[in-house]
Amino acid sequence: MIATIFFYLFATVALAAAVMVITARNPVHSVLFLILTFFNAAGLFLLLGAEFLAMMLVVVYVGAVAVLFLFVVMMLDVDFVELRQGMLKYWPVGAVIGLIILAELALALITWQISPQAMMTAPAAAVGAVTNTEALGLLLYTKYFYFFQAAGLVLLTAMIGAIVLTLRHKAHVKRQVVADQVARKAATSVEIRNVEPGQGL
Amino acid sequence: MIIGLPHFLTVAAILFMIGVFGIFLNRKNVIIIMMSIELILLSVNINLVAFSHFLGDLVGQVFALLVLTVAAGEAAIGLAILVTYFRNRNTIAVDDINIMKG
Repeated sequence: MIATIFFYLFATVALAAAVMVITARNPVHSVLFLILTFFNAAGLFLLLGAEFLAMMLVVVYVGAVAVLFLFVVMMLDVDFVELRQGMLKYWPVGAVIGLIILAELALALITWQISPQAMMTAPAAAVGAVTNTEALGLLLYTKYFYFFQAAGLVLLTAMIGAIVLTLRHKAHVKRQVVADQVARKAATSVEIRNVEPGQGL
Repeated sequence: MIIGLPHFLTVAAILFMIGVFGIFLNRKNVIIIMMSIELILLSVNINLVAFSHFLGDLVGQVFALLVLTVAAGEAAIGLAILVTYFRNRNTIAVDDINIMKG
Protein backbone atom coordinates (compact mmCIF):
# COMPACT_ATOMS: atom_id res chain seq x y z
CA MET A 1 0.00 0.00 0.00
CA ILE A 2 2.69 2.47 1.01
CA ALA A 3 4.69 1.45 -2.08
CA THR A 4 1.68 2.29 -4.27
CA ILE A 5 1.38 5.76 -2.74
CA PHE A 6 5.08 6.41 -3.20
CA PHE A 7 5.02 5.14 -6.78
CA TYR A 8 2.28 7.59 -7.74
CA LEU A 9 4.03 10.40 -5.82
CA PHE A 10 7.38 9.85 -7.51
CA ALA A 11 5.86 9.26 -10.95
CA THR A 12 3.63 12.36 -10.82
CA VAL A 13 6.35 14.69 -9.58
CA ALA A 14 8.88 13.30 -12.08
CA LEU A 15 6.55 13.78 -15.06
CA ALA A 16 5.41 17.24 -13.93
CA ALA A 17 9.03 18.32 -13.45
CA ALA A 18 9.92 16.90 -16.88
CA VAL A 19 7.17 19.00 -18.46
CA MET A 20 8.54 22.05 -16.64
CA VAL A 21 12.04 21.28 -17.98
CA ILE A 22 10.95 21.77 -21.57
CA THR A 23 8.53 24.67 -20.99
CA ALA A 24 10.28 26.83 -18.36
CA ARG A 25 11.15 30.35 -19.55
CA ASN A 26 14.42 30.54 -17.66
CA PRO A 27 17.01 27.84 -18.51
CA VAL A 28 18.28 27.91 -14.92
CA HIS A 29 14.80 26.84 -13.81
CA SER A 30 14.94 24.12 -16.48
CA VAL A 31 18.12 22.72 -14.96
CA LEU A 32 16.64 22.82 -11.45
CA PHE A 33 13.52 20.98 -12.63
CA LEU A 34 15.81 18.45 -14.35
CA ILE A 35 17.42 17.82 -10.95
CA LEU A 36 13.95 17.30 -9.44
CA THR A 37 13.13 14.81 -12.20
CA PHE A 38 16.34 12.88 -11.51
CA PHE A 39 15.64 12.74 -7.77
CA ASN A 40 12.17 11.34 -8.36
CA ALA A 41 13.47 8.84 -10.90
CA ALA A 42 15.95 7.74 -8.24
CA GLY A 43 12.93 7.22 -5.96
CA LEU A 44 11.33 5.01 -8.62
CA PHE A 45 14.59 3.02 -8.83
CA LEU A 46 14.49 2.54 -5.06
CA LEU A 47 10.94 1.17 -5.35
CA LEU A 48 12.28 -1.32 -7.91
CA GLY A 49 14.97 -2.48 -5.49
CA ALA A 50 17.86 -0.99 -7.49
CA GLU A 51 19.49 0.94 -4.66
CA PHE A 52 22.91 1.18 -6.28
CA LEU A 53 21.56 2.63 -9.52
CA ALA A 54 19.39 5.07 -7.56
CA MET A 55 22.44 6.39 -5.72
CA MET A 56 24.42 6.44 -9.00
CA LEU A 57 21.65 8.51 -10.55
CA VAL A 58 21.85 11.06 -7.75
CA VAL A 59 25.67 11.16 -7.75
CA VAL A 60 26.29 11.14 -11.52
CA TYR A 61 23.31 13.07 -12.82
CA VAL A 62 22.61 15.55 -10.03
CA GLY A 63 26.19 15.84 -8.83
CA ALA A 64 27.95 16.01 -12.18
CA VAL A 65 25.74 16.41 -15.23
CA ALA A 66 23.18 18.85 -13.82
CA VAL A 67 25.88 20.98 -12.21
CA LEU A 68 27.70 21.02 -15.57
CA PHE A 69 24.52 22.22 -17.25
CA LEU A 70 24.09 24.86 -14.55
CA PHE A 71 27.66 26.12 -15.06
CA VAL A 72 27.23 26.39 -18.82
CA VAL A 73 23.83 28.09 -18.57
CA MET A 74 25.11 30.62 -16.08
CA MET A 75 28.54 31.28 -17.65
CA LEU A 76 27.44 31.74 -21.26
CA ASP A 77 25.89 35.15 -21.77
CA VAL A 78 23.12 33.95 -24.09
CA ASP A 79 20.05 35.91 -25.14
CA PHE A 80 17.45 33.29 -24.29
CA VAL A 81 14.49 35.45 -25.31
CA GLU A 82 15.70 35.40 -28.90
CA LEU A 83 16.11 31.63 -28.75
CA ARG A 84 12.49 31.17 -27.73
CA GLN A 85 11.20 32.70 -30.96
CA GLY A 86 9.42 30.25 -33.21
CA MET A 87 8.31 28.09 -30.29
CA LEU A 88 4.65 28.54 -31.21
CA LYS A 89 5.45 27.59 -34.80
CA TYR A 90 7.05 24.29 -33.84
CA TRP A 91 4.81 22.93 -31.11
CA PRO A 92 2.04 21.40 -33.30
CA VAL A 93 4.45 19.19 -35.25
CA GLY A 94 6.21 18.27 -32.00
CA ALA A 95 2.90 17.37 -30.36
CA VAL A 96 1.87 15.24 -33.36
CA ILE A 97 5.15 13.29 -33.36
CA GLY A 98 5.08 12.90 -29.57
CA LEU A 99 1.52 11.57 -29.66
CA ILE A 100 2.37 9.17 -32.50
CA ILE A 101 5.27 7.76 -30.46
CA LEU A 102 3.05 7.53 -27.35
CA ALA A 103 0.34 5.70 -29.35
CA GLU A 104 2.90 3.24 -30.71
CA LEU A 105 4.28 2.60 -27.23
CA ALA A 106 0.74 2.17 -25.87
CA LEU A 107 -0.10 -0.33 -28.62
CA ALA A 108 3.07 -2.28 -27.89
CA LEU A 109 2.32 -2.16 -24.16
CA ILE A 110 -1.26 -3.39 -24.48
CA THR A 111 -0.59 -6.29 -26.83
CA TRP A 112 2.70 -7.42 -25.27
CA GLN A 113 3.07 -9.90 -22.46
CA ILE A 114 6.02 -11.67 -20.89
CA SER A 115 6.43 -15.16 -22.30
CA PRO A 116 6.37 -17.89 -19.65
CA GLN A 117 9.64 -19.31 -20.99
CA ALA A 118 11.40 -15.99 -20.34
CA MET A 119 10.28 -16.12 -16.75
CA MET A 120 11.59 -19.67 -16.39
CA THR A 121 14.97 -19.07 -17.99
CA ALA A 122 15.65 -15.96 -15.91
CA PRO A 123 18.08 -16.65 -13.09
CA ALA A 124 16.65 -16.79 -9.61
CA ALA A 125 16.26 -13.49 -7.82
CA ALA A 126 19.09 -12.52 -5.51
CA VAL A 127 19.12 -14.33 -2.21
CA GLY A 128 18.08 -12.20 0.73
CA ALA A 129 21.56 -12.09 2.23
CA VAL A 130 23.11 -10.49 -0.88
CA THR A 131 22.38 -6.78 -1.28
CA ASN A 132 21.67 -5.22 -4.64
CA THR A 133 25.07 -3.49 -4.74
CA GLU A 134 26.90 -6.70 -3.93
CA ALA A 135 24.99 -8.70 -6.53
CA LEU A 136 25.63 -6.03 -9.16
CA GLY A 137 29.34 -6.00 -8.31
CA LEU A 138 29.57 -9.78 -8.50
CA LEU A 139 28.08 -9.63 -11.99
CA LEU A 140 29.89 -6.51 -13.23
CA TYR A 141 33.40 -7.47 -12.18
CA THR A 142 33.22 -11.05 -13.46
CA LYS A 143 30.96 -11.76 -16.39
CA TYR A 144 30.70 -8.21 -17.73
CA PHE A 145 34.25 -7.09 -16.94
CA TYR A 146 35.05 -6.09 -20.55
CA PHE A 147 31.90 -3.98 -20.72
CA PHE A 148 33.00 -2.31 -17.52
CA GLN A 149 36.41 -1.54 -19.04
CA ALA A 150 34.74 -0.24 -22.20
CA ALA A 151 32.63 2.11 -20.06
CA GLY A 152 35.84 3.39 -18.48
CA LEU A 153 37.32 4.00 -21.95
CA VAL A 154 34.19 5.94 -22.96
CA LEU A 155 34.61 8.17 -19.92
CA LEU A 156 38.33 8.64 -20.64
CA THR A 157 37.57 9.63 -24.24
CA ALA A 158 34.90 12.06 -23.06
CA MET A 159 37.30 13.62 -20.57
CA ILE A 160 40.14 14.05 -23.09
CA GLY A 161 37.72 15.37 -25.71
CA ALA A 162 36.19 17.94 -23.37
CA ILE A 163 39.62 19.17 -22.25
CA VAL A 164 40.98 19.40 -25.81
CA LEU A 165 37.89 21.23 -27.01
CA THR A 166 37.78 23.87 -24.29
CA LEU A 167 41.49 24.43 -23.55
CA ARG A 168 42.87 27.60 -25.11
CA HIS A 169 46.18 29.40 -24.79
CA LYS A 170 46.04 33.15 -24.44
CA ALA A 171 49.03 35.02 -25.84
CA HIS A 172 49.55 37.42 -22.93
CA VAL A 173 49.35 34.86 -20.15
CA LYS A 174 52.75 33.81 -18.77
CA ARG A 175 53.17 30.05 -18.55
CA GLN A 176 55.78 27.79 -17.03
CA VAL A 177 58.28 26.49 -19.63
CA VAL A 178 60.13 23.63 -18.01
CA ALA A 179 62.78 23.39 -20.75
CA ASP A 180 63.78 27.03 -20.25
CA GLN A 181 63.99 26.54 -16.51
CA VAL A 182 66.22 23.49 -16.87
CA ALA A 183 68.49 25.19 -19.43
CA ARG A 184 69.06 28.20 -17.13
CA LYS A 185 72.72 28.76 -16.13
CA ALA A 186 74.31 31.07 -13.58
CA ALA A 187 76.29 32.86 -16.33
CA THR A 188 73.17 33.91 -18.24
CA SER A 189 70.94 34.73 -15.30
CA VAL A 190 73.19 36.53 -12.76
CA GLU A 191 74.92 39.84 -13.41
CA ILE A 192 77.33 41.49 -10.97
CA ARG A 193 77.17 45.30 -10.86
CA ASN A 194 79.38 47.69 -8.97
CA VAL A 195 77.00 50.03 -7.11
CA GLU A 196 78.28 53.42 -6.01
CA PRO A 197 77.46 54.35 -2.36
CA GLY A 198 74.50 56.69 -2.00
CA GLN A 199 73.24 56.02 -5.54
CA GLY A 200 70.81 53.53 -6.83
CA LEU A 201 71.20 51.46 -9.89
CA MET B 1 -3.62 -2.29 -6.05
CA ILE B 2 -0.24 -3.79 -6.84
CA ILE B 3 2.23 -1.72 -8.85
CA GLY B 4 3.32 -3.89 -11.76
CA LEU B 5 5.56 -3.68 -14.81
CA PRO B 6 2.97 -1.77 -16.96
CA HIS B 7 2.94 1.11 -14.48
CA PHE B 8 6.67 1.67 -14.79
CA LEU B 9 6.58 1.21 -18.56
CA THR B 10 3.83 3.83 -18.78
CA VAL B 11 5.85 6.34 -16.78
CA ALA B 12 8.89 5.69 -18.98
CA ALA B 13 6.81 6.03 -22.17
CA ILE B 14 5.35 9.37 -21.07
CA LEU B 15 8.83 10.59 -20.06
CA PHE B 16 10.18 9.55 -23.48
CA MET B 17 7.37 11.45 -25.19
CA ILE B 18 8.08 14.57 -23.11
CA GLY B 19 11.72 14.35 -24.18
CA VAL B 20 10.86 14.06 -27.89
CA PHE B 21 8.35 16.89 -27.55
CA GLY B 22 10.99 19.04 -25.84
CA ILE B 23 13.37 18.67 -28.78
CA PHE B 24 10.71 20.01 -31.15
CA LEU B 25 9.51 22.74 -28.78
CA ASN B 26 12.98 24.25 -28.27
CA ARG B 27 14.41 23.90 -31.77
CA LYS B 28 16.81 26.82 -31.31
CA ASN B 29 18.10 26.30 -27.77
CA VAL B 30 20.75 23.57 -27.73
CA ILE B 31 20.93 23.46 -23.94
CA ILE B 32 17.25 22.52 -23.60
CA ILE B 33 17.64 20.02 -26.45
CA MET B 34 20.46 18.32 -24.52
CA MET B 35 18.31 18.25 -21.38
CA SER B 36 15.56 16.59 -23.45
CA ILE B 37 18.07 13.95 -24.56
CA GLU B 38 18.91 13.36 -20.89
CA LEU B 39 15.19 12.87 -20.21
CA ILE B 40 14.96 10.31 -23.05
CA LEU B 41 17.98 8.39 -21.71
CA LEU B 42 16.44 8.47 -18.21
CA SER B 43 13.22 6.92 -19.53
CA VAL B 44 15.27 4.18 -21.20
CA ASN B 45 16.98 3.56 -17.87
CA ILE B 46 13.63 3.29 -16.07
CA ASN B 47 12.54 0.69 -18.65
CA LEU B 48 15.75 -1.34 -18.20
CA VAL B 49 15.57 -1.31 -14.40
CA ALA B 50 11.85 -2.15 -14.39
CA PHE B 51 12.39 -5.16 -16.65
CA SER B 52 15.39 -6.16 -14.56
CA HIS B 53 13.26 -6.17 -11.41
CA PHE B 54 10.18 -7.90 -12.77
CA LEU B 55 12.10 -10.57 -14.72
CA GLY B 56 14.49 -11.18 -11.82
CA ASP B 57 17.49 -10.64 -14.10
CA LEU B 58 20.26 -8.34 -12.90
CA VAL B 59 21.78 -7.82 -16.38
CA GLY B 60 19.28 -5.04 -17.03
CA GLN B 61 20.83 -3.01 -14.24
CA VAL B 62 24.33 -3.61 -15.65
CA PHE B 63 23.12 -2.27 -18.97
CA ALA B 64 21.48 0.71 -17.27
CA LEU B 65 24.85 1.48 -15.69
CA LEU B 66 26.46 1.56 -19.15
CA VAL B 67 23.70 3.85 -20.45
CA LEU B 68 24.38 6.14 -17.47
CA THR B 69 28.08 6.25 -18.39
CA VAL B 70 27.40 7.10 -22.02
CA ALA B 71 24.89 9.78 -20.98
CA ALA B 72 27.46 11.44 -18.73
CA GLY B 73 30.09 11.38 -21.48
CA GLU B 74 27.63 12.72 -24.03
CA ALA B 75 26.69 15.62 -21.76
CA ALA B 76 30.33 16.52 -21.13
CA ILE B 77 31.32 16.46 -24.83
CA GLY B 78 28.14 18.23 -25.94
CA LEU B 79 28.59 21.07 -23.47
CA ALA B 80 32.28 21.38 -24.40
CA ILE B 81 31.33 21.73 -28.08
CA LEU B 82 28.68 24.27 -27.06
CA VAL B 83 31.22 26.37 -25.12
CA THR B 84 33.64 26.32 -28.08
CA TYR B 85 30.86 27.26 -30.49
CA PHE B 86 29.75 30.12 -28.26
CA ARG B 87 33.31 31.48 -28.08
CA ASN B 88 33.55 31.58 -31.86
CA ARG B 89 30.07 32.77 -32.76
CA ASN B 90 28.73 34.55 -29.63
CA THR B 91 25.42 32.71 -29.94
CA ILE B 92 24.13 29.19 -29.44
CA ALA B 93 21.29 29.30 -31.97
CA VAL B 94 21.42 26.00 -33.86
CA ASP B 95 19.90 27.50 -37.00
CA ASP B 96 23.23 28.68 -38.37
CA ILE B 97 25.28 25.82 -36.97
CA ASN B 98 25.59 24.37 -40.50
CA ILE B 99 28.47 26.79 -41.20
CA MET B 100 30.59 24.06 -39.64
CA LYS B 101 30.14 21.97 -42.78
CA GLY B 102 33.53 21.63 -44.42
